[in-house]
Amino acid sequence: MASSNLAGAIAEFTDVNALVHAAEKLRDAGFRKWDVHTPYPVHGLDKAMGIKRSIISYFSFVGMVGGLTTALGLQWWTGADSYKLNIGGKGFFDWQFSMPIDFELTVLGTAIFTALGLFHLCKLPTWYNKYQEDESFKKATDDTFVVTIDANDDRFSAEGTQSLLVSLGGSNVHVVESALK
Amino acid sequence: MTEVQEQQKLHADPHDEPVREALVLGSPTLRDVTARIASIVESKITAKYLLTLMVTASMAGWGLVALGYTIFVGIGVWGLNNPVGWGWDITNFVFWIGIGHAGTLISAILYLFRQKWRTAINRSAEAMTIFAVLCAMTMVLSHTGRPWLFYWLLPYPNQMQMWVNFRSPLMWDVFAVNTYFTVSLMFWFIGLIPDLATLRNYVKSKIAKTVYGILSLGWTGSNRSWHHYEIAYMILAGISTPLVLSVHSVVSMDFTVGIMPGWHTTIFPPYFVAGAIFSGFAMVMTLLLIVREVLDLKQFITLKHLDNMNRIMLATGMMVGYAYSMEMFIAWYSGNPWEKWVFINRAFGDYAWAYWTMVTCNVVSPQVFWFKKIRRSIPVMFVISIFINIGMWFERFTIIATSLHHDFLPASWGYYSPTWVEISIFVGTFGIFLTLFLLFAKFVPVIAISEVKGILPGSQPKHGSHTEGHA
Repeated sequence: MASSNLAGAIAEFTDVNALVHAAEKLRDAGFRKWDVHTPYPVHGLDKAMGIKRSIISYFSFVGMVGGLTTALGLQWWTGADSYKLNIGGKGFFDWQFSMPIDFELTVLGTAIFTALGLFHLCKLPTWYNKYQEDESFKKATDDTFVVTIDANDDRFSAEGTQSLLVSLGGSNVHVVESALK
Repeated sequence: MTEVQEQQKLHADPHDEPVREALVLGSPTLRDVTARIASIVESKITAKYLLTLMVTASMAGWGLVALGYTIFVGIGVWGLNNPVGWGWDITNFVFWIGIGHAGTLISAILYLFRQKWRTAINRSAEAMTIFAVLCAMTMVLSHTGRPWLFYWLLPYPNQMQMWVNFRSPLMWDVFAVNTYFTVSLMFWFIGLIPDLATLRNYVKSKIAKTVYGILSLGWTGSNRSWHHYEIAYMILAGISTPLVLSVHSVVSMDFTVGIMPGWHTTIFPPYFVAGAIFSGFAMVMTLLLIVREVLDLKQFITLKHLDNMNRIMLATGMMVGYAYSMEMFIAWYSGNPWEKWVFINRAFGDYAWAYWTMVTCNVVSPQVFWFKKIRRSIPVMFVISIFINIGMWFERFTIIATSLHHDFLPASWGYYSPTWVEISIFVGTFGIFLTLFLLFAKFVPVIAISEVKGILPGSQPKHGSHTEGHA
């Protein structure tokens, strides 16, 4: 472990094939607290980094079931239980007429839970990042692929990690002091 | 050109775009894309822009005056009369809701079909959806007469312990439109997050940096986030696809569930959805042609994009034409004398001028798009898109006014024309729509930066295509 305020090591990549290759090597080297920052989603990078399938669809499923239950419950309870109103002799509750609202609230529930799930899993909003002052890091939303390896990874050593990143084809490899005090 | 970008070009995979026209012209680098879009945001506000904004804002202001007058005095200031209880208010509501449909079609359905050409136009089309739905909400709220009691439309616990009537299609509409607005807004915002982060890191002005910084929620482009992001985007696209089909279906049920001849037909839901997509694409086309010219985005919004949109307009235009003829056929084939009478009256009665305007604009005019040369002629498509906008407005007007003005009792027959108040409110909704769109075009990335980057030749790894990604 390096000095206490070290955030980690950064390397820039500009060739997408070299990036995927480097990600595979870092995955196989056993790093855990590392990431690749890209300006757009790169196909196959998840696999190269060894990221497991996203669990976001579970959030969506909960939202879907919640939305549907709310819709059915609301229409049944208000119409057929809480206050029965005879309107044109129509049923107090029938699944047929409940369909549009069942559908809409199912979609709404799914969408809200998916969005909230996304925010939760991506830790949004987080208006700070320990690499945020680094010039290389800022290029990740523009035209550069940036690999970061956190200093608190068990396999991290300031010297060794940097030379590994250089050997994988990274340019402008350097260590970064944490921007967080 | 840096070494890498050169490499990207050299390594461009021939399988990326098999014998297809390039979606982005001039093979820009990643940096070029960022710089081009960011330059719109960073450029100084010109006098021309301010002048246009003043015009549209004045239209919006005038509409709000008319709206205030309506709310203060009541909807008696409109031209509605006894047989015609729905006039421009509902016509405009359906018109605006329809405009919104192209945005969701482009962002959701074309995404699921992996139509890569959507990337250049989805952002602005989604923005139009949101603004159009806002206009539609304005129309329908003013139509309630006492809009300050809008919450009566919602099921909330009250002192009478009564609830809303879920058996009414008007209630379904409340849920459909609100769901549509909320989901479209979330979809749009989630699509914007990576681009706002790009701007945050790119722009020089401190205020802009702060605002984009806050709005981008701290997005870093981390692949551990992209990984969730792509699945979330896919799910949102998946649920928006049936949603876009449902919203106009529910709107059409406002009519079909009623027993008015001319409204009470089963063809309405698909007919309305096709019409909505048709009108939405026309509006997107009209505005996009202007945006493309003014902001000089010809590199991203190419003739291929416009050609594809014209094809969709041709297809949906013919669906609408089919629906018109099928309505006529069923009116005769059903043997229902009222139904038959309404349709003869629609084509040859007091509102024949509206009917034939609609047929000319919607069915006849898009036929020119059979020719490739015309599909790629900017002036022609601009004019046709405006024709379609007009025609689709008249479609809704025809459906509403002609069915109502001659009801079951000849003694109560009447004719409806709008007053200046209704016209002003309609002009006002255009003002609101265009003002919001102008602000959007200046301050928000009009093109989905990250999506365009992802489809540039050579931007994806050659061996890594086993994982499906962001199209």
